[in-house]
Amino acid sequence: MEQVDKTFNGNVVALKGMSLQVREGDFISLLGPSGCGKSTALRLISNLLHPTAGRITWTGAHETGDLGVVFQEPTLMPWATVAQNVWLPFRLRGKSYGEVKDQVLEALKLVGLEKFQTSYPRELSGGMKMRVSIARAMVTRPRLILMDEPFAALDEITRFKLNNDLLKLKEKIGCTVIFVTHSVFESVFLSDRIVVMAARPGRVITELEVDAEYPREETFRTSAEYAAYARQATDALHLAMGEAA
Amino acid sequence: MSLADPTDATIAIDADEAARLRRRRLEKFGKWILPAAVLVLMLVIWDRIVVWNAIPHYILPGPRLVFETLIKDWAMLFEALLVTVQITLMALAVAVIGGVGLAVLFTQSRLVEMSFYPYAVILQVTPIVAIAPLIFIYVDSRIAGLLLCAWLVAFFPVLSNTTLGLNSADHNLRDLFRIYGASRWQTLRFLQLPSALPYFLGGLRIAGGLSLIGAVVAEYVAGTGGLKSGLAFRILEAGYRLNIPRMFAALILIAATGVIIFAGLSFLSHMLLRKWHESALKQDR
Repeated sequence: MEQVDKTFNGNVVALKGMSLQVREGDFISLLGPSGCGKSTALRLISNLLHPTAGRITWTGAHETGDLGVVFQEPTLMPWATVAQNVWLPFRLRGKSYGEVKDQVLEALKLVGLEKFQTSYPRELSGGMKMRVSIARAMVTRPRLILMDEPFAALDEITRFKLNNDLLKLKEKIGCTVIFVTHSVFESVFLSDRIVVMAARPGRVITELEVDAEYPREETFRTSAEYAAYARQATDALHLAMGEAA
Repeated sequence: MSLADPTDATIAIDADEAARLRRRRLEKFGKWILPAAVLVLMLVIWDRIVVWNAIPHYILPGPRLVFETLIKDWAMLFEALLVTVQITLMALAVAVIGGVGLAVLFTQSRLVEMSFYPYAVILQVTPIVAIAPLIFIYVDSRIAGLLLCAWLVAFFPVLSNTTLGLNSADHNLRDLFRIYGASRWQTLRFLQLPSALPYFLGGLRIAGGLSLIGAVVAEYVAGTGGLKSGLAFRILEAGYRLNIPRMFAALILIAATGVIIFAGLSFLSHMLLRKWHESALKQDR
């Protein structure tokens, strides 16, 4: 297993002395109240921002295609069809549609939207748009996928469904995921490590390992184990909020 | 109560649904019938005023005389119309090229935008009638002068709308493009230009009307008939000769041209946006 180390010590107001080590294949949740710098952390990792101090290092060669991103909004191009939207990361690398058609269709199939490739985003529901966004992030088979509260705007039923599907997808692709969320339950269900953060200044309070076996099924949601982890995470979050207040 | 027989589909339309259908039919019908009725009414009133007051045709011709003049002078008026339409369309084309080109330049370089935007505004707010005489002093070619005038009036809405559109691309999409390492050209082509399209088309519709105005005003100022005269010159000429019916006939042609340009550009806009943009979508849900 290849090792991805990442350390950064942002000295910006948004983040203070944040260190995080991510191993290949991890599913890490950044959990914390608003303004704790979760999104800033993602923007630093995706190189949209540069750290004021400290640094972010990648093990092995790091190219632009090694990163997939899913935002809070589906962020699709409304003028392009579903397939064209998923093609985008390849298109920006100069690949014609014909060259990567199989990969695009495969990605759509993984998110269960192979029948909608010629639809326009406006014809899809919120959950389906998010699936397209996920397909786009995965289509290049990146090493790391960053997700910034991707399911925050969805209803709970859709969110649960997408949570389940996301785990299956990660299993299939074998990528690393860093997932920003407000939701304790989402973070426990999804991740093997929860990084709890506090606000003003944004910093890491504690890290929680969630040792439950993957694949996690729907039954995990109602297990005592799950409840115990959720309780731990909630306590940690309270600590974080208490400190910030 | 038993379930409705599935073959008896008409039963399913309740009172609300029926009212909605009726309203829709009325709207569809009324959209054409009502303006037509107003037109007929106005023509009748116009005709009666002329007849009852025995107004001479060199003061106010009746609608029938105007129509007859339109037929009688068709050859001459149509030729003039072609000249005006030609100038208008050329000006519109140049406005599109110039407007979009400048807008792209502005969004690529903040320095260029800061340097030149104020002058674009100045050109726009100075009345064309005031600039036109100067243009015809310095520009020898009459057609080039006409074009320049019409362009000056028409390019600004294209420029300002397109600039706004290019800058309105979704911020998250911009970030995404940066993360994927898109070049400037790629960002422009795949993100900014498509984002700007609805704005551009809005500007284009305004510019279409303005380039006709610009062409007509320029013809007025340019005056000299020469071999090829447009409609504006025909109106001037007819005015000098107190040929009021012909003035009306030419006016109708100009108005009709404006309407056709607007309708054509609206149709173009609809065709380009109908698949994805809110403005072109019918309320179907």
